[in-house]
Amino acid sequence: MTKLERNDRLVRLSLLMIALSAISVLAIITVFIFEQGTPIMFRYGFRSFLLGQDWYPSEKSFGLLPMIVGSLMVTFGALLIGVPLGLASAIFLTEFSHRRLARILKPVIELLAGIPSVVYGFIGLMFLVPFIRDKFGGPGLSVLAASVILGIMILPTVISIAIDSIRAVPDSYREGSIALGATRWQTVRMVVLPAARSGIIAGIILGMGRAIGETMAVIMVAGNAADIPGSILAPVRTLTSNIALEMAYASGEHREALFATGVILFIIIMILNTIANLTSARQRKK
Amino acid sequence: MGNRWKLQPRTEQKLVQFLMYVLTSVAVLVLVFILAVILKNGLPQLSLEFLTRNPADMGREGGILSTIVATIFLTFIALLVATPLGVGTAIYLTEYTVESRITRIIRFGAECLAGIPSIIFGLFGFILFVNKLKFGWSILSGGLTLAFMVLPTIIRTSEEAIKAVPPAYRLVSFSLGSTRWQTVTRVVLPSAIPGIVTGVILSIGRSIGETAAVIFTAGSALRLPTSLFSSSRTMSVHFYILAKEGVSLPKAYGTAAVLVISILIINIATYYMMERYIKRKS
Amino acid sequence: MESEKIRLEDAKMRPQKSRKDSFSNLTALMTAILLAAAFFFPSCQHRPGGHSLVVAGSTSIQPFADKWAEVFMEKRPGEMVDVQGGGSSAGIQAVRTGAAQIGMSSRELKDDEKDLYQIEVAHDGLAIIVHPTNPLENLTIEQVKSIFLGEITTWETLNGRKKEITVVVREEGSGTRGAFQELVMGKSRITKKAIVQDSNGTVREIVSRDPQAIGFISLGLVNESVKALALNGVKPTEEAILKKEYKLVRPFLFLTREAPSGLAREFIEFILSEEIQDLVHKEGLIPVRRGEPAESGR
Repeated sequence: MTKLERNDRLVRLSLLMIALSAISVLAIITVFIFEQGTPIMFRYGFRSFLLGQDWYPSEKSFGLLPMIVGSLMVTFGALLIGVPLGLASAIFLTEFSHRRLARILKPVIELLAGIPSVVYGFIGLMFLVPFIRDKFGGPGLSVLAASVILGIMILPTVISIAIDSIRAVPDSYREGSIALGATRWQTVRMVVLPAARSGIIAGIILGMGRAIGETMAVIMVAGNAADIPGSILAPVRTLTSNIALEMAYASGEHREALFATGVILFIIIMILNTIANLTSARQRKK
Repeated sequence: MGNRWKLQPRTEQKLVQFLMYVLTSVAVLVLVFILAVILKNGLPQLSLEFLTRNPADMGREGGILSTIVATIFLTFIALLVATPLGVGTAIYLTEYTVESRITRIIRFGAECLAGIPSIIFGLFGFILFVNKLKFGWSILSGGLTLAFMVLPTIIRTSEEAIKAVPPAYRLVSFSLGSTRWQTVTRVVLPSAIPGIVTGVILSIGRSIGETAAVIFTAGSALRLPTSLFSSSRTMSVHFYILAKEGVSLPKAYGTAAVLVISILIINIATYYMMERYIKRKS
Repeated sequence: MESEKIRLEDAKMRPQKSRKDSFSNLTALMTAILLAAAFFFPSCQHRPGGHSLVVAGSTSIQPFADKWAEVFMEKRPGEMVDVQGGGSSAGIQAVRTGAAQIGMSSRELKDDEKDLYQIEVAHDGLAIIVHPTNPLENLTIEQVKSIFLGEITTWETLNGRKKEITVVVREEGSGTRGAFQELVMGKSRITKKAIVQDSNGTVREIVSRDPQAIGFISLGLVNESVKALALNGVKPTEEAILKKEYKLVRPFLFLTREAPSGLAREFIEFILSEEIQDLVHKEGLIPVRRGEPAESGR
């Protein structure tokens, strides 16, 4: 073996070590969160965590159901607002508008994706919350406020991925459809959207992950009551805000219970990730 | 639903087009509104003093210098750690191996890491860096946590940039007798640098705007950081506290404006670099 | 240090050593920075040695004690005061076992704990706050309890408005919530429907924006944006607190096993000094030193 070959092998080995960093970080995070969060779940039983409705850590009552329901409600609400707006914008900009408009607006929308989430939360607190309180009643800090803010927050993600996947549909598809006498909308509905479907779904799942993982903006506008909301005007607490809200002073079993909240959040996110990976893998195969 | 309700395709087309137009306007207007509110209320607050003085009286008075310094330090540490790891991973994936189970695992790890919510990174950083390694709430803990958070972004963008280097470059280099490492450092990386830098800049933007992961690892002390172990408050954490606790609305808007402007500048720089990069390619 | 290794490797393999390209410059720079950072590390890990005092207990007192310790250490370079949380009971335990020289408790001692020396360093009052436009001026403690229990849900019987009450509370684990729980709620649970916020400032901000809201915050943080209610007819003033007429007050106690001596004594005396008691007042607590006109704070 020459010196050169030996050196090459050494470089390859060091690079492999570096390349394993991402997966190691993932492993370490998983281990730490589970190590901190699962013992208490075993001690009190998974049922009492997943199905318990009372969150009073100082009385050893650790029911996370309100937060699980809260996270799902708020995320669903965000999709209800973000997806139609996002998809419509993407379709309009790619299929119905002047090319020039799309060329200007797409980067603008993408730039807005970088605005920190706290800014969205602040705008929600200043404008949306008082509006809801005055017009619809209730405290204003609510499922509705959180859903709208998250819906707006995921807009840039949904729009830009949807635009990319719609653009990826070959023009020949459209030409074929139009030649058969279809209108532009019929073409979009029956040819373009089905062809771009998996890309669009991947974008929606990405937005969903962002909505379910968002913390600070939600704390600011959701009201954080640890109760299953009775209406969309009632306050709500998500899994993420449960952690961030109480971490500062928590100690002992209370802190462990917050890590248990992290474990549940982690599992939900992993399921979402896997679905997203499978969808994009299926698209790649096509 | 009778047939009576079925619209003529042309009418339907008109209707849908109008609806889409309205929805798009709503989406764009909302986003522009947010930007406008921040800039309209924030820009009048900005002055040299605001940028060069430390916050006083819990942020009611003074400027935001210490939070700017803390943000820069934190971001710097994050990138110092994440860039070599990320670029190294990308080099390995593209130049030193073929698709195999290991590369699939590495990619899977990066993708999963990208999907983890920042509050989980915060929890993790709190346990590992703040508690176990006893760094305390500090710039170091915050920076390392952020490094892990931005790692997937750097891996992905670097990998794409390196893949985009034409294979012919490598072949020429090999045929001149260079080793693989020489080829990577002298041929591949220099032409991939704009793409790599784009990823780094994106990560800077993400680090600046992050709150949840930072507040539990870097703390929220309002002092100018003096060492790696100082607890300090970044701009976005400062803004979060100002806004939420109603400490001072004008200062909150001012901080938000600085935050948003710096991120916009970063994003525009990225965009510009990418455009130029793509143009040069073609 | 990975990049340094790689760079050395690179240099060894180089046919012509003089040639430099932009990339190796970059690695060199990075190596330099890493090395600099490595030197930077140990220099800040070390704190000056000397005596060390451990103060542990109530998480409500901890943030204040942290600050006092900081001022103390600034004045006395070489001395080391280590403030830890854990809660009042843990603090009492720690001072018993000697794990801490000073324990911190934000509740009165129970009978079987009275063997410890206790020094009041400050008082913490709670104010029940509402929106400034709320015509209500006074509530009984029982009414407050019913509101936070979720039994009274509208303002109707209280101020005639047929509006729903927005109850705002602090998060579980916070000292302010703990004090409210202990002083008002007793064993009963605060309603689940209550809005939860994680700082006094945020509670105040929300109450100041919502005309139907009610909440509680540290007395010292009340300002003109909200109205503090009288309880059982007593307004929350410093005077009423010192006379023990206003009931929502808890002491901040420092505890020692023996009569305080050495560094512990110096630290406690320092906290009771005018300078720190002024700071106490500024931070929203009620100072224990009385009689000096300068401190009436009006």
